[in-house]
Amino acid sequence: MKKKETETSVAGKRKEVLADLTDLGKKLYEQMSQGVFPWIKMPSRSIENIFYNPEIRQYVLGDKSVRRSARNIRHVKPFTQLVWAAYFADELSRNRKTSTLRDVYYSAQAYEVAFKDQPESNAIITDLETVIGYAREDFNVFPEERSAIFGDLTIEYTVPGYEGKQYNLMSHPDGVMIGPALTSAEFVKTTADIVIAIEKGGLFTRFIEEQVHKKYNALLILTAGQAPRATRQFIHRLNKELELPVYIFTDGDPWGMHIAMVIISGSANAAHLRDLTTPDAKWSGVWATDIVNYKLPSDELTQIDIKRLSELQKDPRYEGALWQKEIKQFMKIKKKAEQEAFSRYGLTYIVDEYLPAKLEETR
Amino acid sequence: MATFEEISAADFFYRNRDIAGFTSPTRAIFSSIRELVENSLDASDMLRVPSEIYVRLSYDGEENPESQVTQVNQEDEEGDAYQLRIEDNGSGIPPRHIPSAFGQVLFGSKYKLKQSRGTFGLGGKMAILYGQITTHKPVQIASSTGSSKIYQYKLSIDIQRNRPIILDRKIRINKEQWHGTIVEFSLEGDYYRAMPKILEYLKQTALVNPYANITFVDPKGRLYKFNRVTTKVPSPPKETLPHPYGVDVETIKRIIQVTECRNMLDFMRTHFHRVGEITSHNFLEFAQIDVTKDPRKLKPREIVKLVQMMKRFNRFLPPDASCLSPLGEELLRAGILKELNPEFIAVCQRKPSAYSGHPFIVETAIAYGGSIPQKEEITVYRFANRIPLLYDEASDVSVRVIKEINWRRYKVSSGMPVVILVHVCSTKVPYKTVGKEFIADRPEVKSEVLNGIREVARQLQLFLSRREHVEKERKRLSVFSKYLPKIAKFSTGLAKEEKEPNIEALLKSVKKIEEEGD
Repeated sequence: MKKKETETSVAGKRKEVLADLTDLGKKLYEQMSQGVFPWIKMPSRSIENIFYNPEIRQYVLGDKSVRRSARNIRHVKPFTQLVWAAYFADELSRNRKTSTLRDVYYSAQAYEVAFKDQPESNAIITDLETVIGYAREDFNVFPEERSAIFGDLTIEYTVPGYEGKQYNLMSHPDGVMIGPALTSAEFVKTTADIVIAIEKGGLFTRFIEEQVHKKYNALLILTAGQAPRATRQFIHRLNKELELPVYIFTDGDPWGMHIAMVIISGSANAAHLRDLTTPDAKWSGVWATDIVNYKLPSDELTQIDIKRLSELQKDPRYEGALWQKEIKQFMKIKKKAEQEAFSRYGLTYIVDEYLPAKLEETR
Repeated sequence: MATFEEISAADFFYRNRDIAGFTSPTRAIFSSIRELVENSLDASDMLRVPSEIYVRLSYDGEENPESQVTQVNQEDEEGDAYQLRIEDNGSGIPPRHIPSAFGQVLFGSKYKLKQSRGTFGLGGKMAILYGQITTHKPVQIASSTGSSKIYQYKLSIDIQRNRPIILDRKIRINKEQWHGTIVEFSLEGDYYRAMPKILEYLKQTALVNPYANITFVDPKGRLYKFNRVTTKVPSPPKETLPHPYGVDVETIKRIIQVTECRNMLDFMRTHFHRVGEITSHNFLEFAQIDVTKDPRKLKPREIVKLVQMMKRFNRFLPPDASCLSPLGEELLRAGILKELNPEFIAVCQRKPSAYSGHPFIVETAIAYGGSIPQKEEITVYRFANRIPLLYDEASDVSVRVIKEINWRRYKVSSGMPVVILVHVCSTKVPYKTVGKEFIADRPEVKSEVLNGIREVARQLQLFLSRREHVEKERKRLSVFSKYLPKIAKFSTGLAKEEKEPNIEALLKSVKKIEEEGD
């Protein structure tokens, strides 16, 4: 896996992905031409080889690598599937088509490299990500889940039929879906100063209604629960390319905390990938201390919540003082609160009082 | 040449014909064919010529077996009337013995101690007797020992006096020096119910007598031919003396009646198997019997004691097997190959052993695959002195042994096409009934059967393991043959190359790895 510079140009990245896929093919072709069983080497994704790197604040793979060879009877089938996946990805990218994991599973059957089941084909796609060092979204395999964005950002499409067409993301009051077309669009201009990511759809709509984007010069992003990888990559780009600070608002419980954390530091499952994290993003609420300070209506933490909290307490991503303090506070008060809880003070309280206070506090 | 002697007479069997295997019209017709076929096989074995046996069963009163119009008495629930004709190329019967051999129950050549198919000198005559009492018709016999004459008799049996009645006698010139016997008589029976067993019997008989040509024409004129695959006939058994462990008081009494010995030392030496001068001395000393005593002077009490001491004395030599005629591994294999056409055969002949003074040899075989059908359970073919045993399978020692074996150890599981053969030959096969249908659970016999089956089962296991290995390797190769070309194709597409790389060498190397047993 190569380390990549942050790619500002979507077109540039696409070229790189295609070049890498071709290189992979050339390498295998060369091996076979020399009468050698084709083989590849890639970093091991086994649990012993996943480490947290405090410098870049995300999980990374260690030095261990695995060698897959078509000479091995147990490897030859997955090896074939991997080469097919590369071939398929190359076709997709070259023809500017998109696909999903489900799609990949069925498409394989047309090439007589059928997968036993969906998990098997998903694993092969993850292998391909590991081999070429790009997320599957970069070779046009997108997730099913969709999240949304709203705010004054003008983009320029690169997808077929829309090349060069510009679009302002404030044009639709429900927000714009972060799908393949938006993910592969270039950023043109923005007046925004910050990005606010919101866990829940209800609150996202309230923020738009209450003109949060104008009041705070913000781009609003709906994560819809755990943010899809395309959305995490999009947030990463907003942060890197446009240098916008990112603030994340979630429910006040261990699960909400973790939604924020995955946007910030990523997950162990994606240790083989870069450009999916935004280490400088801030979790702005709802904190355990907010529940106390704002006297929010709350529920008791369940056994599962508490178990999750103690897991997070030991997680290297949660080493920071803020995280540790909030985990302790949760455990102390044994309460949790949803974002909607602020409605007890009126519908606009969260926008008028809470939001500015927290943005200030986490700046 | 056979020796003949009369031992007993009885219409006992007329009244108790059930015990000889004539329980029903179905069994009667099966038993008749079987007894006469076995006599014929014994007769040709005696000459060491490959058997040539012709069996014809036709509706009674019809000249032409092809004619299918049944003339049978429909009210008769006991079955139809048939005419049975059996021809062989055996030793033939000396003319003066012909009437008694076919018209006198328990007269025969099989009371000496050597292995033969029949045991009681009963079966053939029972068939004739049965025919007579069901149809009131005489039996016709033609026989020659290869001399210049053929003797033809028409006989019936005087049941009460156990004597043959000669109705007609003819002598013909034997121009071609034919030897053999032809028997023809009528009987009632139920052929169609008996048919499956008869055909199974003939098939198994052909299997265990691969040097025999057996032809059978059934009442509908259907021809069944079982051809020989070899002309090699196993060595004939030698007649032997009784072994001391196997005699009883009655046997001793009979020997005393005929003996010419005038002292016990000679008596022991002369009349018993594997007893020489030293053994004789040692035994008489052990039994505290005076060596000079005249055996004719033994009192009944002393005879009983003599038999008891014989059983207790443990220094008699075991019986030898010269009186036995096993089939041999080569013939057994040939017979199985011809009748079952399997993919794999293993055969085993055990060393001679003995129970109660009777020598015996166990031969086993296992056959797998090929034309053998897949069955839930292992098919067992049982033979005793080269005759198939078809009834009472569950009680047989071989079947019990097979049930006790853990077949998974030998890679044999339910539903596999497996046949096991067990052949026990002995001067006295330990049958449990007069009907000669199954072999008793003698520990000595059981242990030999078990070891024999284990031996062939191990060979089957080896075969199955080897095949499993080959199968695995074949699969290996097919995996590589399936995927390597695809890798080549997709890589070529990815690399934007025109021509796919040549992967023949890679596939070849996979094959080579297999041969090395990687």
